[in-house]
Amino acid sequence: MKMLRQIGSVTSMNLRSLPQRLGTSLVIVIGIGGVVAVLVSVLAMSTGMLRTMENAGREDRAIVMRTGSQAEATSALPLDAARLIADAAGIRRDTDGRPIVSAESMRLLSMQRKEDGTEVNVTIRGVGPKLRVVRPELTIVKGRMFEPALSEIIVGEAASKEFKGLEIGQTIRARGANWKVVGIYTTGDAHESELMTDVEALNAADRRGGYQSVTVRLESPRAFKQFKDSLTANPTLSVDVWRERDYYAEQSKRMGQIITIVAYVVGGIMAIGAVFSALNTMYSAVSARVREIATLRALGFGATAMVASVLVEAVILALIGGVAGAGLAWVFFNGHTVSTTTGISHVVFDLAVSPELVTVGIVWSCVIGLLGGLFPAIRAARLPVATALRAV
Amino acid sequence: MKYFHLVWAGLWRKKARTILTMLSIIVAFLLFGLLQGINQGFNDVVDNLDVNRLYISPKSAMDGLPISYQPRIKAISGVEHVSHWTYFGGFYREAKNAIPAFATDVPELFAIFKEIKIKPEYLDQMQRVRTGALVSDVLARQYGWKVGDRIPVGTSIWTDKQGSNTWFFDIVGTFDVSAYGMGFPSFYINYEYYDEAKAFGQGVVHFYLASIDDPLQGPRIAKEIDAQFENSMGETRTDTESGFAKRSLEQVGDINFIVNAIVGAVLFTLLFLTANTMMQSVRERIPELAVLKTLGFSDQKVLGLVLVESFILCTFAALIGLAIAALIFPSLKAILGDLPMPMTVVAMGAGLAIIVAIISGLPPAVRAQRLNIVDALAGR
Repeated sequence: MKMLRQIGSVTSMNLRSLPQRLGTSLVIVIGIGGVVAVLVSVLAMSTGMLRTMENAGREDRAIVMRTGSQAEATSALPLDAARLIADAAGIRRDTDGRPIVSAESMRLLSMQRKEDGTEVNVTIRGVGPKLRVVRPELTIVKGRMFEPALSEIIVGEAASKEFKGLEIGQTIRARGANWKVVGIYTTGDAHESELMTDVEALNAADRRGGYQSVTVRLESPRAFKQFKDSLTANPTLSVDVWRERDYYAEQSKRMGQIITIVAYVVGGIMAIGAVFSALNTMYSAVSARVREIATLRALGFGATAMVASVLVEAVILALIGGVAGAGLAWVFFNGHTVSTTTGISHVVFDLAVSPELVTVGIVWSCVIGLLGGLFPAIRAARLPVATALRAV
Repeated sequence: MKYFHLVWAGLWRKKARTILTMLSIIVAFLLFGLLQGINQGFNDVVDNLDVNRLYISPKSAMDGLPISYQPRIKAISGVEHVSHWTYFGGFYREAKNAIPAFATDVPELFAIFKEIKIKPEYLDQMQRVRTGALVSDVLARQYGWKVGDRIPVGTSIWTDKQGSNTWFFDIVGTFDVSAYGMGFPSFYINYEYYDEAKAFGQGVVHFYLASIDDPLQGPRIAKEIDAQFENSMGETRTDTESGFAKRSLEQVGDINFIVNAIVGAVLFTLLFLTANTMMQSVRERIPELAVLKTLGFSDQKVLGLVLVESFILCTFAALIGLAIAALIFPSLKAILGDLPMPMTVVAMGAGLAIIVAIISGLPPAVRAQRLNIVDALAGR
C-alpha cells in the first residue's frame, strides 16, 4: 500500500513537470506517431482489400470451375458441363421451379484510370438470366438492367468512379461488339469493380462456345457438401467446387500477404528507430530529474517508485503518439479509394482502418514506449544518491 | 581541419545520447535505402530493358491475335525477328504447382532474346521433337527434371483432341535466364504441335514479340505495325519492351507515391529528433561555448563548430545506414533479380543527410553564435 502511494505521488509529480520538457517529450510522440501511422495505413490497404474480396463470397453460394484452374480466368467449361452442373443436387430453386444458377464467362478489357490515365485490365463478366436471384445483393442504383442480346452492359459503381468512359450512355468499343452502358450497380464487394452483360452476348462477341464458371445458390450453407458430392461423383465432369467465400479469400490471399509483410517489415524497422529515440528522450528526462530523484530517494522513496514514474511517463507519451498516429491514418485514409491488381484484373476497394488495426497500432506504441523507458528507468533507480546530490 | 578535435570532443560529450541519435539516423537511412532502392531498382530495370524489342498486344482485350499476323509483321521494314507467346498455363502433378508454360515459335524467340543462354543443340533438338519442351534451369531444378524426361502437364484451359486435360512433353533442353532482369516465362512448348493438338481455338496467339535492327526506328515501326491492323478484328497495340514493363508495373499501383509517403514520414521524425539532440547539446554547453568566445573564437567560428558537429553526426550515421542497406540489398533478389543497389539512391541519401544536418543544426548554431559572453558565463 505504501509503495503504491509512493508510486502515485512520484508519478503525478513527474507528469506535472512534463510541460517543462516539452521539446524532448515531443520526440517520443512524433516518432511513435510516425511508426503507427505508417503501420496502420499500410495494413488498412490489405484489410480493405481482403474485406472487399471476402464480401464477394456468401456461405450459400458455390462456384464451379474446371479441375485444376486456380481462377476463373484459366477455367473453361463446355456447354454440356454447365447443364450437368445445373442439374446437381442441393441447388436452391426459383419460384418457377428452375435451379438458381448463373453460367458465366469473362474477358478483360483495358481501361484507363481517371486519376492518372494508367491502363489497367478490367473484367467484363457475362452472366446468366438468373443473375438477380443468384446475387440478390446486386442493386441497380442508376439507369436500368441490360437487355439480353442487345450488347448492353451494366457497370459497377466502383468501376464507374475509378475508370474513364463508364458513364450511362457511353459506349465501349471492343472486339466483336460495342457495349453500351445502361446502368450502374452496387454489390458492396469485388464485383463492383467489374462490368456485367448477358453471357450469350459476350460469348457471341468472342465467338466462344462455352463458359468459364458456374455460380449457384445453394438450398442452405449446409447443402454445399451434397452439391459438391453430386458433382464429383459424376464421371463425365472434371470440375473443382469451391464455397464462394473460400474462393474469393484464396484469390486475394497472395496480394494481402505481400501487403501485410511489407507493413510489418517497414513498420518493424521504423519501430526500432523509434525505440532508439524513445531511449534518448527518456535518458535525458532522467538526467533532467537527477536532483529531484536523488532528493526523493534521500527522503526514503523506494527504487520501484522511481522505475514506475519513468515507465509511466514513457508509456503515456507513447500512447499519445500511438493514438495520434492511428488517428492520422484514420482521418486521411479510412474510406480512401485505391485500386490494385489481383494478378489478373483490377479491383477497386476502400482502405479500411478497422478497430483491430487501431488496437494493433496502440499495442505497438505501448511496446515501443516500454522498451524505450525500461533502461532509463533502471538507471533512475540505480542512481547513487550521494553522488547525485553532490552534483547539485 | 585544425578544430576537428574540438568538434569531435563536442560530439562525444554525452556518449549515450550521440550513439542513440546515430542509431536512429542509421535505422532511418537503412529504411530509406531499401525502399528507395527497390523503387529505383524497378525503374532502372525497366529503363535498361532492351530497346530493340517490341511487344505487340491486342488493343482492347487480352484474348489473342491471329497467327497470320506473323509474316505480315515480319514484312515491315526494320523488323528482324518475330515470335509470339500463347499462354498454356499448366500445372505439374497438382494444381498448386503452377507452371508458366507458353507456346511459341522457338528459334525466333531465342533470336529475339539473345541474352538468354541456351546451347544450340537444344534448339535443334526442340525443332526435331514436336512434343519437346525447353525449361529454365531454375524450374528444372525445382521439380528435379532432366533432359530426356517425359513429364505430364495438366491444364484447366486446353483440352487435346482426345479430350484429355493432361498433356505430355519431352524435356529437350534447359536455358539460363539470369542475364534477363525481369521475370521471364520459363517453360516453352512448340506452338505448331500445341495448335494442332488442342480441341478448340486454333490459329490464335496471345501476343507477338519482334526485334528491330535500329532502336531509333522503334516508334516508326510500332506505328506501322498498329496501322497495318487498324480497323481489323484484331487491332494491335505496340510498345517497346520498357513501355510494356512500365504498364505492367503501373497495374500494381503507385509504388512511387507509397515509398515517398513513408520516406517522408521517416525523415520528418528524424529531423525532429536530430534537431532536439543538437539543441540539448548546445544548451548544456553554453558555458563552454562562452569560454571559447572569451578565448577569442569569433561568432562565425562558433556557428561553424556547431554546424560541423551536426553535419558529422548526420552524414556519418546516414552513410552507415546506407551501407547496411546496400549489404542487405542482394537478398531482395526474389523481387528485383540480380541487382546491386543503385548508386543514385546512395547519392540521394547523402544529399538528404546533409539537408537534415543543416536544418537541425542551424537553430542551435545560431543560438551559439548570438551568445552573449557575460550572460552565458553568469549562467543567465
